[in-house]
Parts: sequence; C-alpha cells; structure tokens
Amino acid sequence: MRVALFLTCVNDTLYPDTGRAVVKLLTRLGVDVDFPMGQTCCGQAHYNTGYRHEAEPLARHFSDVFGEYEAIVTPSGSCGAMVRELYPRMGERARAEGRGDTLARTLAPVVPKTYELTEFLVDVLGVTDVGAYYPHTVTYHPTCHGLRSLGLGDRPRRLLQAVKGLELRELPGADECCGFGGTFAVKNPDVSAAMGADKVRNAESTGADVLCAADNSCLMHIGGTMGRLDTGMRPVHIAEILASTEEEPMS
Amino acid sequence: MSGTFVGMPVFPPPAHAAFPPPAHAAFLPPAHAAFLPPAHPAFPKAAHEAVHNTTLRGNLRHATHTIRAKRAKAVAEVSDWAALREAGKQIKDHTLRHLDGYLVRLEEAVTAAGGTVHWAADADEANRIVTELVKATGETEVVKVKSMATQEIGLNEALEAEGIHAYETDLAELIVQLGKDRPSHILVPAIHRNRGEIRDIFAREMSEWGRPAPEGLTDTPAELAEAARLHLREKFLRAKVGVSGANFMVAETGTLVVVESEGNGRMCLTLPETLISVVGIEKIVPTWQDLEVLLQTLPRSSTAERMNPYTSMWTGTTDEDGPQTFHLVLLDNGRTDTLADEVGRQALRCIRCSACLNVCPVYERAGGHAYGSVYPGPIGAILSPQLRGTASEIDASLPYASSLCGACYEVCPVAIDIPEVLVHLRERVAEGGRVTKDGNKVVLKPAKGHAAERAAMRAARWAFSHPGALRTGQRLASRTRRFQPRTLPGPGKAWSASRDLPSLPAEPFRDWWQRTHGGDRR
Repeated sequence: MRVALFLTCVNDTLYPDTGRAVVKLLTRLGVDVDFPMGQTCCGQAHYNTGYRHEAEPLARHFSDVFGEYEAIVTPSGSCGAMVRELYPRMGERARAEGRGDTLARTLAPVVPKTYELTEFLVDVLGVTDVGAYYPHTVTYHPTCHGLRSLGLGDRPRRLLQAVKGLELRELPGADECCGFGGTFAVKNPDVSAAMGADKVRNAESTGADVLCAADNSCLMHIGGTMGRLDTGMRPVHIAEILASTEEEPMS
Repeated sequence: MSGTFVGMPVFPPPAHAAFPPPAHAAFLPPAHAAFLPPAHPAFPKAAHEAVHNTTLRGNLRHATHTIRAKRAKAVAEVSDWAALREAGKQIKDHTLRHLDGYLVRLEEAVTAAGGTVHWAADADEANRIVTELVKATGETEVVKVKSMATQEIGLNEALEAEGIHAYETDLAELIVQLGKDRPSHILVPAIHRNRGEIRDIFAREMSEWGRPAPEGLTDTPAELAEAARLHLREKFLRAKVGVSGANFMVAETGTLVVVESEGNGRMCLTLPETLISVVGIEKIVPTWQDLEVLLQTLPRSSTAERMNPYTSMWTGTTDEDGPQTFHLVLLDNGRTDTLADEVGRQALRCIRCSACLNVCPVYERAGGHAYGSVYPGPIGAILSPQLRGTASEIDASLPYASSLCGACYEVCPVAIDIPEVLVHLRERVAEGGRVTKDGNKVVLKPAKGHAAERAAMRAARWAFSHPGALRTGQRLASRTRRFQPRTLPGPGKAWSASRDLPSLPAEPFRDWWQRTHGGDRR
C-alpha cells in the first residue's frame, strides 16, 4: 500500500518529532510511507476564519499533491476533518454560487481516502496493539474535531490501552474544548485562556505525567498553558507514544 | 424505529408556491429605520469582564454543568432520539420552505376562531401595534409571560414610554426585571444570579413594584418562591391585559402553545380579559402531529424533563372562558431575510431549548450578557447577526465567539449545524458578499478592522501555494530560532500573554525527510 503522510504545516514547521514518529510507526507496521514534498497546508485556518475563497486554491493544491495515493494519513484530527468534512462542503458552496462542479470534482478523490492516524491504524490496518512501550502515566484529551467531526470514538484509547507500560488515567471533562480553536485563541484571548486553564487543571487532577492528544495544535495551546501554570505535566502527541518501543524509547 | 412517536413526517405536496416565499404584505420592506441593537462592546471586550468575575463564573459553571448532565440522562432514555431529532429537523425545514402558505392558513384559522391577526415587519411596527391594542383597552398595566420576541423588540420600554407598565411574571424574568438587569440565558434568564443575590433583589425591589417581600426573607428556595408567589398573585388577579409569546403555533387549527414549568404562564394566558401574543413567524408548525415530535424534544433538551409541567394551548376565544379578546402579532423582524440565506436559514429551526448554551464552553466562561442580545450562546451568535445584520461592533464579533468545538451541534434537537453557520457568517464579516436586507439583495462590504487579517490570509495562501517559499521561510525561522522573542507582537500578544510559545525545532520535518529519505520522490 502506497501511503502518503500529510503531516500538516504546523507539524512540519513546529513539531517534526511527530512526523518522524509517524514514519517510524507506520514503517514498523509494514507500510510504505511517502512524504510528498509539494504538500503545504489544507486551508483550515483560512476556511474557519471566514476566508473560504483563499482556502480554495489550497484545497486544489492538496488534491494535486495527494490525489494519486491509495491512502493519505495525517496525525491531526482537525486537518483530517478539514479534508473529509469541509472539502465536500466547499465543493457544494462553489456549486451553489453558480461555479459548477469543477471544485467538487477536483476535491472528491482525496476525501474518502484521507484518514486521521488512529483511524488508519484501527480501521485500515486493523491493529490496536502496535507493539509500543511507554512507561508513563498518561491522560488522553479527545480533541473536538477528532471527537465530533471525524467520530474517532474510542480508537485512540484502545490503542493507548494496548501500549506496554502505559497507565491510562481518565481525564475529567474530557470532551470539553481546550479553548484553542485556531484564530479563536487570538480573537477571544480571555475566554480561550480560561478554557485552557480549566483543561490543564482537570489534567493535573489525574496525577498523570503526560497529557496526550491526536492534534498538535490543541497540544500547543494546552502545553503552553501548562508551561505558564508550571504544572510539571507534558503534552505529547499520540504518534510519539505509539512509536515508542523498548529498543527505541521516546522520552 | 422503536416507537416513542408516530413516525417521520410525510408531507403532502404543498399546494402553495415553493421557496422563496412571495412577498406577503407584511414582508414588504419596512419604511422605518432598521432595528439596530443598542451600542454594545464587541464580544471579546464584554467577555473580558465576565471571565474575571469569579461569582458569575461559579454560578454559570454550577448551573450549566448540572443541567448538562441531567439533559444527557433524559435524552439517553429515549431509544430513538436520533430519529426524533431528524423528524424535528424535517418538520421545521418543510415548514420554513412553505412558510408563506402555512402563515396564511394560520391567519385563517385564528380569525375563524375569533382572534385577530396583525402582521409586523419589524420591531417598531410590532411595538406600535401592541401599544395601540393596550391603549384601546384603557388599561395602563399588563402582565407578561414567555416572550423572547417582545424582549427582542424592546416592547417593555416601548410600552413604558406610553405610560403602560409591563410586569414580567416568569420567576426568572421577574428576578431580572426587579434587578434592573438583562436576561442572560434563553431558558433561565437569571442563571447568572445565585440565591443570595435573588434574596437581596426581592427584599430591596419588590415594594417598588407591588407587594413587598416578607420581613426577614432568607435565601431558602421555598421562601424565595413564596415571596414571588404572593407578589405575582396580586398582579395576576388585577391584570386586565396579558401579553405572551408562544413556543409553537399550529397552522391547521390556529392554536398557540406555551410550555412552562411554573404555571405563571397559564395564569397570564387565562385570567386577563385581553390576550395579546407576539410570536416570531418561524414558530409555526403545520399540524398537531408535528407538535408530537417537538413536545418531546423540547422539554428533554431544555429542562431535562420527560414532559414539562404546564402545556397551555389556546385557540381564538371561547364564550365566558378565558380572554374574550385575542390578538396575534406575527413578527418578522429580519426572519424572512434570514430565510433567504441558504446556509444561515437553518437558525430559524431553533425551538429555543437552550441546550447549546448549556454545553458551550464559551458561554460558560463569558456569560450571556457578553452576547449583547436577547439570544445568547451559540444560537445567539448565529441568530443575532442574521436578524440584525452585521453592521454593529457586537454583531460583527459574534460569529467569532466560538472555538468551533461542535458541542452545540451535537446537542441541538433540530440539528442546526451551528459551526457551519458561524463560519458562513465569518465569511460575511471578513469578505462581505450578497445578503438579503429588508427583502432586497444587497452586496455587503467586508466589516471594518479585517484588512490586516485579510492581507495576512492572502500572504499565507500565497506562501502555501508555493512550497519553495514555505520551505525557505521554515528554514529561516529554524536558523534564527535562538534570536526569536518569547512573546509575540500585534494580535499574537494575546496568545503569549497566557501561554508559552512552542520553541522552533532545529530542522523542519521536510528537511529531515529529504536528508534521510533521499530527496523528492514527487
């Protein structure tokens, strides 16, 4: 299976460790991973801030870069949701604006074969035990788009429960938003910070060492708040936990 | 389908014209000035105060979390909730699509039952109609219940200006009125108040409005309820005119419906000689069978009850029983303009259950007043900028008052995709575009204050359309990372004020990939 890694612009620029972890994990599971160098950004920030027309060329570019692969895997719930949920909507809106089916037809091929990482592991590869080892106490935050747009359900938790050495602790108020929301964090800083602080306090109450999620944008917000509140907890992307083995442990 | 209701609605082919509705007389563009909200700061500024008010935060957190948990339990009891939700959505969509026909049918039925129907295109017209109707009775006092529509149009203030006193009789509305306050929640308008605050308001204010609070009033719920009961009973027995809203209007019989928990509404609806109901045109359903669905989803979604304690229904007038004169004022006030928007019109499905408020993390922290509207929370953030337009500072900021977490959509009993409408309205604010205003197609310019953002979005789009440029930028950022500040300038300042910035890696992923995987396979 020829699988493309859609790393996302945020991960590429700020969190290359996550990308390396995905490559290590998928390769270990026998997947032939490619990283198309032409990839940039799915356009989510543009779309969600109200710049749909700026997002359109980025969506077309995404389709150009990824269209020929059998599967596209991304370690980001929100970018995955952008492709799966919002690309079809962009096509519909273009049609409603009298611009015909061109955009919808261009975007259609990538929509059904784009998978968030945990979804790809469980649904496509059919594994929940990926042979990982991670001797830490971990609490899991299901990010909003992963939870509600993609419907990841308990897939990430099943994967984590199968990790050797890992103790999973329930996060109170797990399904509540951390307050990131892309440009929301900048446009409504007070409310965003209050939501982040509550999320961190809930995470702290579990006594876990690590808060894990399947989206580095949310982790950037939560981790930034953890740092400021001096909690001693760390944010870690789920890919880095699943990639960790006894031979090559990730910290 | 496992049968808590008759089943998915099957609508006969409508006899009347399909959407968009032809301009009924009442839908003609109003000659009066457009209804604009009072000057109100933009959402982030209003929320700033609320976030730092610990009493308010505590009250809201306690109340929303309690009702959230109860609602989830009440909904889980129904095995076919998803089907009920879909049925509610379809009933409302069908009705909205043929609103013109159903409204005319309603008018005929109400008239045949002895009532009088008035059409109000906007707030001014509705206020004028109600004021004249009250004046015609010779009364200077009215009792009111269950009407967000009259709050939307500012009826109490309009009546006051004509020397007519309007007394709110819903317990929470009474607290808000006595406290010279504004409602902050659709269902629980005084949700921001705790018992101690309510005691103080009763003790201080009741005597100004009628029967004073009993001596030595404490903050126990029973004592507070008794004080309100005694105060209100005098009003009910004296009032000759009642003003109400309605949760639903049934087109086939001209019946209006109010659901409530206290029984105060029933007093208002039955004791006065004249009843004036002011109702938004979207509150209509075609038949009683449609009510069956919505009377199940509304109580469970709002108060987490299987059924609300009081459901009052009235059809025109009946000899020697109840009000002998009945007027129905059908309020447009931006609703047909909203209906013309193919994405935004779903906001008119709303049955005002407030489930979206109770799960919204933004509402929980910012409180209802920050939304600057009678409709707060997620539904308010999409309804107000559509009913009022996006010209004011507050209305232009409301579509951004959400992290798009989607919890509101998940709980909505008529499946309004609130995040979708929020993003749609953000587009209207940021890029402008075609909208319907007072029945006319107009092209809106982008709202003020978005020029820098628009430029940044365009620049980012350019860079992302040129992978080489992106890569150069990433490399530059990584190589200069030691010199980069730990706080951000401009709009980013708000980010670094409460969060640590992530540190830049020594090497972006794509450079690592090329170094280790031997270059560009594509």
